[in-house]
Amino acid sequence: MANPVVITGYGIVSSIGMNADDVLNSLIGGRSGIGAITRFETIHKGKLPLAEVKHSNEELMEVCSLRSNRKYTRTALLGIAAARQAAEMAGFRPGQALRTGLISANTVGGMDLSENFYPQFLENPAKGRLRDVAGHDCGESTEAIAEYLGVSDYVTTISTACSSSANSMMLGAEMIKAGMLDRVIAGGTDAVTRFTLNGFNTLMILDKEGCRPFDENRAGLTIGEGAAFLVLETEEQALKQGKTIYGVLSGYGNANDAYHQTASSPDGTGATLAMGKALAMSALLPSDISYINVHGTGTANNDLSEGVAVQKIFGEKVPSFSSTKSFTGHTLGAAGAIEAVISLLSINHHCIFPNLRWSTPMKELYIRPVTSLIRDVAVEHVISNSFGFGGNNSSLLFSKYNPIP
Amino acid sequence: MISEKAIYINGLGNVSPQKTTDNSHFLDEVNRVQSNRLGCFEPNYRDFISPDILRRMGRLIKMGVASSKLCLADAGCGMPDAIITGTGLGCLEDTEKFISTLIRNKEELLTPTSFIQSTHNTVSAQIALLLKCHNYNFTYVHRGWSFESALIDALIQLRNDRASTVLAGGMDELTNNSFAITHRLGHWRRKPVETSELITSAGSGSIAGEGSSFFLLSSSPSDGSYARLRDVLTFNLSPAGKSLPLILTDFLERSGLSPENIDLVVCGMNGDNSSARPYKELADSLGGAGIAAWKHLSGEYMTSSAFGLWMAAMIMKRQHVPEIAAVRHQSGRPIKTILLYNHYLGLNHSFILIQKP
Repeated sequence: MANPVVITGYGIVSSIGMNADDVLNSLIGGRSGIGAITRFETIHKGKLPLAEVKHSNEELMEVCSLRSNRKYTRTALLGIAAARQAAEMAGFRPGQALRTGLISANTVGGMDLSENFYPQFLENPAKGRLRDVAGHDCGESTEAIAEYLGVSDYVTTISTACSSSANSMMLGAEMIKAGMLDRVIAGGTDAVTRFTLNGFNTLMILDKEGCRPFDENRAGLTIGEGAAFLVLETEEQALKQGKTIYGVLSGYGNANDAYHQTASSPDGTGATLAMGKALAMSALLPSDISYINVHGTGTANNDLSEGVAVQKIFGEKVPSFSSTKSFTGHTLGAAGAIEAVISLLSINHHCIFPNLRWSTPMKELYIRPVTSLIRDVAVEHVISNSFGFGGNNSSLLFSKYNPIP
Repeated sequence: MISEKAIYINGLGNVSPQKTTDNSHFLDEVNRVQSNRLGCFEPNYRDFISPDILRRMGRLIKMGVASSKLCLADAGCGMPDAIITGTGLGCLEDTEKFISTLIRNKEELLTPTSFIQSTHNTVSAQIALLLKCHNYNFTYVHRGWSFESALIDALIQLRNDRASTVLAGGMDELTNNSFAITHRLGHWRRKPVETSELITSAGSGSIAGEGSSFFLLSSSPSDGSYARLRDVLTFNLSPAGKSLPLILTDFLERSGLSPENIDLVVCGMNGDNSSARPYKELADSLGGAGIAAWKHLSGEYMTSSAFGLWMAAMIMKRQHVPEIAAVRHQSGRPIKTILLYNHYLGLNHSFILIQKP
């Protein structure tokens, strides 16, 4: 690759840790973030599990040193908490004569506050506090993050359901390759809301016991919340500035399953195309891949479709794979970015993380996930899959950075 | 900067508060109303979508699918290499329906349809599903930059040779609830205003609108090409930052042009006093150019610049500014270069530059 796009920083906030070190420790220690609902009132309390970030909004504001007289959505607060870590790690400061972009992603914007607005509004359209609905749109949290970091050269938001933040990294890399930006902070954020919890519940795809990806008896996903951001720039620029490089975004692809609005195709069309595109761009062979961080939601449909696609691409030689959603829950619009950070942790700390709560192989597949931690293993190339409603399938391919000899 | 590869607008499809579904007419007959909100003239959706699918579809999805089909037919394109949409608020009607039922029913007896359709990428997903299009499919949701972000991505896909045709569009719907909320936020005129008077009558607030406009962008020209899409910029204005005319000069320079080359500015002026200043500043700095406006015809919404681009592309092809859209006439020179300038509530400023193919 002429001038590869590399990663010079990352930040993460999730139910298994408020920064990359804590997340790594939880992944190594096998500590899942899935547990009882505590943060908000819902009839599903005590019945359905969630992977919540335990910090309250006030605590998140404190973590980010934000003044308290402004009302932030939780989506924005989680995003700021993760993006500031990524920016700090990459030594980002505004006004370094580099054109910097912020590309964020989410699925329900400021729905956490809209849920406070609507009960009164529905009683009487003249009621309901307007400041609770002013940040309803998906762009609000991105604007808040951009303002916090001081990024203004390019700011946008992507929403393609559960592949949203994988797609923000794809756009970031494309804009750098096109010479439109020098550096991009790309990722996504999503807060758990009653809207999403009930939405997925109507589809009857929430596992009461916590998600069991790729298990024969899996009964659905577990919703989580969190945020993650990566700092992308060219290798040339990173080296010129003496930055540490944590990995290379060596390939990516987005494809549409075009099968059904919510269900994945039984033959894994979109997933196969997305992984194939990522491999083709990187000029790597399937046999070069050390680890697949699968989308692995734990629904009957996704895991079968994705598993079929993995078998199609990798044949008899399927690399180690696991769904770390068994730790973080499905963080929806943040999932692609959270799993990108986990992929980089895998590469840099020579670990392959287990797929928790797995016991029985799926009868339709011959592949089985990694179920206990593998340490001191060379992880050269990782594929991270993110698939969403509307058949939106994305694969990212991260590689270990090997300095030019 | 990316290589200057020519990109063409080869097809248009527009569902709007005006009669815009037939590209052989161009605002010949204007929908004049006395109101502070505009709703779409919706086509007979059965012409585009089979009845069994139509029954469950939310209104924005219908508008989106119909306008995308009009656009593909106009361009003679069967299968685009990419589908990229921008929407400020997505399928609002379904979102409101799900949250209202959730609150009223206290989280019980909910059905999934409105939740499924509330997802912001539903329009682009449904277009892909109906076409069986497995290609690149993205949706941008950044307020007044949603459509511009889609266009910028389309330019990247075309110029990075990822695609040779891109179906790009912007869409938003107006609901009674969203109108009530934005009305309380002071976005709209208190008193109804006549269509042709919105731009000229000073007042507080604009009129609410909606629409869905698609463009078939291609790296090859066709006999029916409307325009060349040269460049797109999203920016904000700040007192300490560059002035608007300077931002424009730098933007035009990327295409090897200068302000004197602009023949017509298609402007997002919306009749709201507090939004007017930047439009006036730009118009004043481009004394030789004609000025046209679109928001009295479409209403104000987060992706209304998509209607603006539709209008600009039609003007380019026909070399004619309809009387209802003209704000300042120019000297009758040919229209070779059109600048579209918009901002949403003083934020999310954007330029879109098109030229004669």
